[in-house]
Amino acid sequence: MSDTLKGRQPGSRLRLPGYRPEEPGTHPPLDHPDYRSTRLRHPSQPLVPLPHRLTEVTGPLLGEGRVGETDHDLTAQHPGEPLGERIIVTGRVLDGDGRPIPGTLVEVWQANAGGRYRHDGDRHPAPLDPNFSGAGRCLTDAEGHFRFVTVKPGAYPWKNHPNAWRPAHIHFSLFGRAFTQRLITQMYFPGDPLFPFDPILGSVPEAARERLVSRLDMDLTTPEWALGYRWDIVLRGRRATPLEDEEDDA
Amino acid sequence: MTHPPTPSQTIGPFFAVGICWPDGPDVVGEDTPGARRIGGRVLDGAGDPVPDALVETWQADPQGRFAHPDDPRGPVSGGFRGFGRCPTDAQGRWAVRTVKPGPLPTPDAGTEAPHLDVSVFARGLLHRLVTRIYFPDEPDANAADPLLASIADPQVRARLVAVPDGDDRLRFDIRLQGDQETPFLAI
Repeated sequence: MSDTLKGRQPGSRLRLPGYRPEEPGTHPPLDHPDYRSTRLRHPSQPLVPLPHRLTEVTGPLLGEGRVGETDHDLTAQHPGEPLGERIIVTGRVLDGDGRPIPGTLVEVWQANAGGRYRHDGDRHPAPLDPNFSGAGRCLTDAEGHFRFVTVKPGAYPWKNHPNAWRPAHIHFSLFGRAFTQRLITQMYFPGDPLFPFDPILGSVPEAARERLVSRLDMDLTTPEWALGYRWDIVLRGRRATPLEDEEDDA
Repeated sequence: MTHPPTPSQTIGPFFAVGICWPDGPDVVGEDTPGARRIGGRVLDGAGDPVPDALVETWQADPQGRFAHPDDPRGPVSGGFRGFGRCPTDAQGRWAVRTVKPGPLPTPDAGTEAPHLDVSVFARGLLHRLVTRIYFPDEPDANAADPLLASIADPQVRARLVAVPDGDDRLRFDIRLQGDQETPFLAI
């Protein structure tokens, strides 16, 4: 038997960890007319079910050699400090059973304090900050914690509808442990008065929206230096461990 | 107790400031035996290029193994990254350099044909799209593949198979919407 297909011998079935399917009421619909850019970019055909097999229950384990010393500190990547309100953003990456996901790569990117991205496509006439690139990365620790130091991003206008403004947010990219857990999302700040006007946050089922909003945590603040926001990220959970079956014990 | 999962949001138009790596498209180095380029265009429902998409690929090594602790067949050495990441350019083009993965055993004693799992992110996509790329020089393995077999319409099924595009090159266009829409997968 070829090495590739090892694991197929009679009596020793390939046993894979199972991940739950996506939970209804969690994610935005792909077709969300209030967010105009979805119009020509959402599939019109139903999705084809893909049972989770080897490629889906594994995934890239990235990060070794990809995270530099100042990558978690967006205020320390240039000779001077960026303008804006210095903040600490921290939380844990968990799976749906509340288990921490250690050693997983977390990537973030954001606008500067004036609401401008360091990107050629950003035409918002707010100033760039020579001391702010707006990108960070880190690996979670053994308990799944990530921690970034940055400045609070500004709100900014966009062209979705007349006088459209995005509430302040930080983009997050997560890998978790398996392809099934890959997630890109956005973290918001508590009490932002722009929430009711934002079709991107508003695309999320109402009961799930608050999961995207961080909370101010005075215990996280560094007095005389920075405010602290806490936000936990929950990736897809595993199925209950299947019972041993007799065939496997033979 | 279960924790409710965090909802997805769009990657937005400015992700290049944060998550593009210089070596993102290089799943393998240039001199790797069997290296080939797999790429194409991302197109919207009007047939226009999507210049602000991110395409990511994930795959087994040529022996059909993953350097991952949840591959029950045991650890592999060699540090095969298995992961590719490429933003689209102004014409909607993306490409990765990789090798063909091996076939994979399934839990019910079947075999999956060599394939790449693909994630597509873009402005205007509130949640990632997932699809697969199969190989045109594997007709027998493709005929026995459980995912391909689950798609009844042969024309739709064929859209998951890359098209030869010159030496060591395969083309795989991703059509988000429309008559020739790429089959997207619910995982």
